[in-house]
Order: sequence, then C-alpha cells, then structure tokens
Amino acid sequence: MATKASRSAARLMMAPAVILLLGWMLVPLIMTLWFSFRTYLPLRGGDQGWTGFDNYVRFVSSSAFWPAVQTTLVIVLGVLVITVCLGILLAILLDQPMWGQGVVRILVIAPFFVMPTVSALVWKNMFMDPVNGLLAHLWRFFGADPISWLSDASLQSIIMIVSWQWLPFATLILLTAIQSLDSEQLEAAEMDGAPVLKRFAYIVLPHLSRAITIVILIQTIFLLAIFAEIFVTTGGAFGTRTLSYLIFQRVLESQNVGLGSAGGVYAIILANIVAIFLMRIVGKNLDN
Amino acid sequence: MSFRNALRAATALSLITASGAYAETITIATVNNGDMIRMQGYTDDFTAKTGHEVEWVTLEENVLRQRVTTDITTKGGQFDIMTIGMYETPIWGANGWLVPLDDLSAEYDVDDILPAMRGGLSHDGTLYAAPFYGESSMVMYRTDLMEKAGLDMPDAPTWQFIREAAAAMDDPANDINGICLRGKAGWGEGGAFITVTGNSFGARWFDEEWNAQFDQPEWKAALDFYVNLMNDYGPEGFATNGFNENLSLFQQGKCGMWIDATVAASFVTNPNDSTVAEHVGFALAPNAEGVEKRANWLWAWALAIPAGTQKEAAAKQFIEWATSKEYIELVAAKEGWANVPPGARTSLYETPEYQDVPFAKMTLDSINAADPTDPTVDPVPYVGIQFVAIPEFAGMATEVSQEFSAAYAGQQTVDEALAKAQAIATEVMEAAGYR
Amino acid sequence: MARAVTPRRKLINTGLAWAIGLLIFFPILWTILTSFKTEAQAIASPPLFLGFDWTLENYGVVMERSNYARFLMNSIIIAGGSTVLGLIVAVPAAWSMAFVPSRRTKDILLWMLSTKMLPAVGVLYPIYLLFIQLGLLDSRAGLVIVMMLINLPIIVWMLYTYFREIPVEILEAARMDGATLKEEVLYILTPMAVPGIASTMLLNFILAWNEAFWTLNLTAVDAAPLTAFIASYSSPEGLFFAKLSAASTMAIAPILILGWFSQKQLVRGLTFGAVK
Repeated sequence: MATKASRSAARLMMAPAVILLLGWMLVPLIMTLWFSFRTYLPLRGGDQGWTGFDNYVRFVSSSAFWPAVQTTLVIVLGVLVITVCLGILLAILLDQPMWGQGVVRILVIAPFFVMPTVSALVWKNMFMDPVNGLLAHLWRFFGADPISWLSDASLQSIIMIVSWQWLPFATLILLTAIQSLDSEQLEAAEMDGAPVLKRFAYIVLPHLSRAITIVILIQTIFLLAIFAEIFVTTGGAFGTRTLSYLIFQRVLESQNVGLGSAGGVYAIILANIVAIFLMRIVGKNLDN
Repeated sequence: MSFRNALRAATALSLITASGAYAETITIATVNNGDMIRMQGYTDDFTAKTGHEVEWVTLEENVLRQRVTTDITTKGGQFDIMTIGMYETPIWGANGWLVPLDDLSAEYDVDDILPAMRGGLSHDGTLYAAPFYGESSMVMYRTDLMEKAGLDMPDAPTWQFIREAAAAMDDPANDINGICLRGKAGWGEGGAFITVTGNSFGARWFDEEWNAQFDQPEWKAALDFYVNLMNDYGPEGFATNGFNENLSLFQQGKCGMWIDATVAASFVTNPNDSTVAEHVGFALAPNAEGVEKRANWLWAWALAIPAGTQKEAAAKQFIEWATSKEYIELVAAKEGWANVPPGARTSLYETPEYQDVPFAKMTLDSINAADPTDPTVDPVPYVGIQFVAIPEFAGMATEVSQEFSAAYAGQQTVDEALAKAQAIATEVMEAAGYR
Repeated sequence: MARAVTPRRKLINTGLAWAIGLLIFFPILWTILTSFKTEAQAIASPPLFLGFDWTLENYGVVMERSNYARFLMNSIIIAGGSTVLGLIVAVPAAWSMAFVPSRRTKDILLWMLSTKMLPAVGVLYPIYLLFIQLGLLDSRAGLVIVMMLINLPIIVWMLYTYFREIPVEILEAARMDGATLKEEVLYILTPMAVPGIASTMLLNFILAWNEAFWTLNLTAVDAAPLTAFIASYSSPEGLFFAKLSAASTMAIAPILILGWFSQKQLVRGLTFGAVK
C-alpha cells in the first residue's frame, strides 16, 4: 500500500517527535553519564575532576542500595497487584445494570484527578495521623488502639495511598475493555449453565488480557518514579526509601551530584530491565 | 482599596523623585512559618516606605531548602532574598555566594543583634544573613498538672527530674501524655533534638580527628534514655512527630511537658490557638546529672542576599526593614508584644513591655546558654550545636535520624540503630575526604 | 449492553456499587467538608460530619495569603499549552506510524515509552543548568516544553492506537478519488479520530496538571502553578487541617470539575488500543 513517496512523507512527519524525544533523552542522559564519572559537590566548589568508577562503586556498596531496590519493586508490584485485581472486580461491577451508573463512575474515577502531593498530604494528616486522623478515630470507636500508620505500617500505607490514586485509571481501561465484550457470548455460556467463576476464567479474563498488560505497562512507568508520596509522608524513613528517593537524598540532601548521577544510571538500568521484561509480554500481546 | 493604592503610588512616586531610586520588584523565598506569614501581611508597609514591590515564594521547609540550595549552587538567580538558617549561612558565606551585610545603615544598629545570633550567622567575622527571629530550646510544661502531681519545676531541671515529672503527669485515661518530644526523621527535626540530647549526655558527633562517635557509651546512654522515656510516657506514634505535631498535641492539652523551640512559647500561650494557654510554665532545657552541657540548641531563620542579584540595594532595604526595631514595634502595636519575632535583638529584651511577656526571660537565658563554638563536653572540630556546619551534614544526619526513628518505632534496637549511624557517618566522612 | 436482569439483582448491584464508589470518593469528600470547618472543628473528637458551623473563613485566609488566580492561570497555561503543543507534534508521528508502518515502528514506539523511565531527580542539576543557559527558568514556555516532552510518548501511543482502528479501506477510497495527503489527514482522519484525540487531550491535561517535580523545581514566581501553591500549605505551625483542606480543594477543584464533565469521553476513549 505504501508508496515510496508516502514513506518519505511518513518519515518526515515522524521526525519532529523522534528528534525531540531523542534530544530529551540524550541530553540529560549524556550529562548524567558525564557527572557520574566526576566528583561534583555543589557545596564544595562544584566540579572537582575525574574520579573513574568511584561513584558507581560507592553507590552500590552503600548499605542503603539493595533495600532501596527491594522497596522499589515491592511498591511497584504491590500497587500493580492491588489496582489490577480490584480494577477487574470494579470494572465488572460497574458494567452491571444499576441505577445512577454515571454518578458512581464519577465517584470511582475522582482520585485520578487529585495531585499526588495533595493526596499524600490529605492521607497523611487527615486519615493516618495517629492522634487526630480519621482512621485513629475509627479504631478508637471500635475500642482498638490506633495504628501509627506511617511508622508501623509505612510501606503498606504508601502502597495504599498510591493504589488509591491509580485504581481509577486501571478501572477505566478495564471497564472500556469489558464493555466491548460480546454479551451474547456471555449469555450463551450462562444458558449452558457455566458457573460464574468458569465464565470469568474462560471468557472475561482472556478478553481482558490485553487491557491488563496495558495497565501494567503504563502504571509501571509511572510507579517506578513515584516521589511526592514518599517525600510528603515518611521522607524515606521506616524502610520506604525507593531507588529514586535514594538518588534524591544523594543529589539534594547530601549535595553529591556525582554520586547521585551514578545512582541515576543504575535507576535507568533497573528501569530498562523491567522495561525489557514488560515489553516482551506487551509486545507479544500487542501483536495479535 | 483604590485609595490605598493611590496613596501607595503617591508615596512611591515621592520617594523616587526624592532619592532618584527606581522602584523594583524583589523576589523572596521564605518558609511557611507563622512569623514569616505575618511578615507577608505587612509587606504594604515596606512598599509604602520604599516604593519597592515584593513577590513571595512561600514554601514548606523541606521544599524551600531543596529549592534555594539548587538555585544558589547553580547561580540560577531566581531569588533576590533567601530565607536560610544558621546551618547554611556560614557554609554559603564561605563559598562567596552571599552578599556580605557589612554596610547596613547606622539606624539599623547591627550591634543590637544578639551576639549568639550574630556569631552563628557570620563567617570569619562578617555577617552574611540578618536574623528575622532566633530560637533556642527549652522545657514547656503544664503548671496545673505539675501542681496536681505535687511537683515543682526547677529553673534548670535534670533529665532525671524530667522523667520523674513525666511519670507523675502521665495520665492515659484522660488522654494526657507525660511528655512529648520530636522523633520524626530529618536532620532539622528529630535529628536536631537527639543531637542536643546527646550533647547533654556528654556525647558528640565526631572527635577531633573526624571519627564518628556513635559507638561511644554516651550516645548509647542518651538514646536508651530517650527511647525508654518516650515508650513509657510519650504519645502514640512519637516516631513520626516533629515540631508541628507536638505543637498541636500540646495546644490540645495532650502533653504534660514538651521540650522544643523557644518560639513555640508564643503559640502555646496564645488563647486563640491553645486550650492550655493559662497553664504553661518554662524552664531551661535539661542535662544529665553532672554533665555541664544542656540540651538547648541555637537556630535562626535569617534573610540573606545571594551574590549576583541585580537588585542588591532594594534587597538590603528589605532586610533592614524586616529585621529592624521598627518592624518589631509595628507588630507589637498591631498584635501585641507576645507576637513579635523573638530572639534576634538585645533591645527587645530590654523593652519593659516585653519583659512582662511570660516566656521572655527564659527564652533569652536559653539563647545565652547556647554556644555554637563549644557545643559539647569533649572538644570537637566543628561549629554548631544541633548540627555540624559542614556541607555533608544535612544528608548524613537525615539518614542517621531515619535509623534512630526506626528504633523509636521499635523496628530495630538502639544498638542496631547506633551501629548503622556509625557506618553512615564513617562512610560519608571518608567519601568527603575528611579521613 | 444493558442486559435484562431481575430488579433484585439490579438493586444489589446498585447498593454495592454506590457503597464502593462513596468509599473511594470519601477522602475527597472529607477534604471538601473539612475546608468549611474551623480549625478546632477540624480536629474535633469525635469527628464532625455535617453538624458543624459552615464557614468560608479558610478560603478567605488562603485567598489573602496567596495569589490563587496567578497559580491557577499558570496551571491552565502549562497544562493546556503542553497538550496543544504535544498534539501538534504527535498527530503526524502517530499518523505515519499507524498508516505507513515499517519494521521499526513498534521499536520506535516502545523506545519512546522508555524515555519516560529516566528518574527525574537524577537529572535535576543538568536540566537546571541547561535552563539557566537558555534563560528558561521560571518561564511558562520552559515548563510547557518540559511537560510536552514528558507526556509526548503517552500521547503518541494513544493516538497511534486510535488511528490504527480507522479502517484502511476508507483511506484507499479517498486516495482513489485523488485526495492529497493533506486532505486525507484533515478531512478524513481527523474527524474520525476526534473522540480519540479528545480523550488524549484530557489525559495529557490531567497528567500535566498533576506533575509536581519539575513544576515545583523549575519555577519561582512567574510560572509557578498550583503544585507550588500547595507546597506552601503543607505543614505550617499549629492547627492547619482546615486551611490545608481549603487549599487542597482549590488546587484540585478545577481539574475535578473538568474531569467530571468529560468523564464519558474519558471512559470511551481511554483504551490505549486495549479494545479490539
């Protein structure tokens, strides 16, 4: 179908986007790589020359490194599992006939519109505060001792806050996918007396697989970079320091740009490992 | 409104014609503390006097620090005045990043600034930032609860007495904790508090060769004491409580004692915000039996001008206005003496009206008891009481205090936290080339 | 779509869905309610739900303290500008990927997505230095560009999936009739892709509105959007729940209202090619 002329036209049309993104990727990447090999301490007179692989060695050998990688993965995985599972259930529920469907849908997607900073502040102060928080009141109402959420259940709390923000996104995409499901097929299965679980496993789930991969892919990209939620709630204490938070500490709190840049390179590597892994799955799923 | 604007314009115009100076708009980065917010409300007074307009960038402390540090180290030039503290000032001044404040006008009376504050905001004897308000730390306690417990707070209590008093006032049935203290991670939060507590037990961050000292028995004693005290008589979740959290607990009458910044005194005695305003007493920060250093820090939020700004003259005018005696009088006239920015000027403490303010004397005594050049029992190679004035400190101390907070929350033992703190401090000092 | 079910089942569905919907929405509702309380009522124990003296005091304090209109305007300009600019760049790219695919099309698409994985904190200093050189610090133009670049991969991908769903036969028929490339894009493709473009715009607008790292670190006064506005209310001294709630409500209200009005569009359009 494509002629030679339309091919070159296509290339021309693609060029601005590709060039811009190439620039946006390469300029910071090259600068990060450059700084990662230098001793660059802004508060001690700036750039102080080459240091070889020192920054790389120091960043990995720090006792904070592996726990940070682990925390990152736990948060990403935790949020993914929660949002995808609840998202599927919610999407199925919202697809059922009911009164006031439109309003319910609005209620469910609302958290997606809330800035991460605001949602972290609201959860931290008005819900999770062990003295004045609403959850503390609820616990006391049932005669239990309030939980110090952000210290005793810090990681779970952050996973919960982030899941609250991303559940609407997953639900939306899954809902759109479910609505495109051929209802005759479902009804036929129902007539045949297939039990609910079987219908779910053999008809609904396969139909949703593409939507689920897309939810996972897009959310992973955003979740690897979550920052505001941690900065506002725990400041990286109580085992909630992710890799990007560790880099923040090195660059801004310790004012060691070289060391932080080396961390940035590791974060890119980690992101790419996750990406390759994901794209294998997604790529396959996107083809058919 | 329009009348006021017209008036302002007229004043500005007359000033311009009088002095030949141009009206400029200066950008000020500041922290969202109550005194700063109040100052923003009086900006009109400054504009009327000088013709210069002011743009405020008000940020929460952590964001502010991140923002101004990035800007000053890269010479971004986004701000004409930055609000910084006693930790940043000498370091930035030494780097030549701040405009020296050595030519302030005679009316400003720079010698009136409290010597402790002036010393802490100078490098090599040159003042680089003017204190807007200064603070030390002291004990704030509930006089009614102390009376009920049959105890009498001495002016200079020991930690042992504090523990006794906390035990006597602790009343879980009525939702009253014996004592509230900071436990929140962050060098300026729980990190500052545990550092001065360490000082008052004879501990120090480094010895004279920059060896980290967390493996010493003094630190263990300090941390053990703090953890036991708070576990026994502290509020639920104290490991995440910082200044603000404790302030609101105390104002709600949920603490028998609170050891924290002297500026809090005006908040806890303000009947509009505090349910216990009538019943607050003050005492010097405690020390351990037989240790000469007390747990009181020294801090100032100060205004500094980044080198390279185009509007240096206007910025200086603003600093002279905001940290002047006249500004203090302006606030006193409008909102009462208890609400003026404290801890910056000697003359304030000589004002008879201010001497009637219940916390004035104890604030001054606390400030005078703090000496940043001699903070610990054993000699140290650094300046600073609740901090170590080296560029690496903020990052290192935040990590150390995160380990401590994890110990407060019971997620690790005191020994484990101290071992990790030792490793972190050693690692940082090696990376920075001190050893 | 609407299947026939028994009224009883419909009642159960309705009850369950409303309960869950309200639960999910509750934090936002609570924030809005708290913004109308006094500070003392905001921390009252037991908590007050509706039986309190409604007051606008907090909004008054916030309006007096900060120039809300300017923050709001900057948010609108940055989110809107980056969305429009992003579309201008992305539509041709997505078009060519969808209709003139080559072997490398999918690689390019996935590579574009991978550029989003560079951790922002790691490159703060490089970008800050670059912005100083270019004189873009605290300028709306600078932020529009950054927001556009950050979200470009998502825009291209979304548009690509919409374009792919347009049947090729229509295009071929148009070409037979002698339509030029320009006419093809303008008169055939674009109208057919309007729903897709609309939901892409919405999503991008939301993402740009909520971005809080670059918008906070690259601005001071002139270009500071609502994310910077909220940073001055996070933890002042003393009681602050009510004021924080008022500021939060003001920061999220515009986007919440926009989202509600356009939710049908969003529900229909947010497929990322997941629906076949």
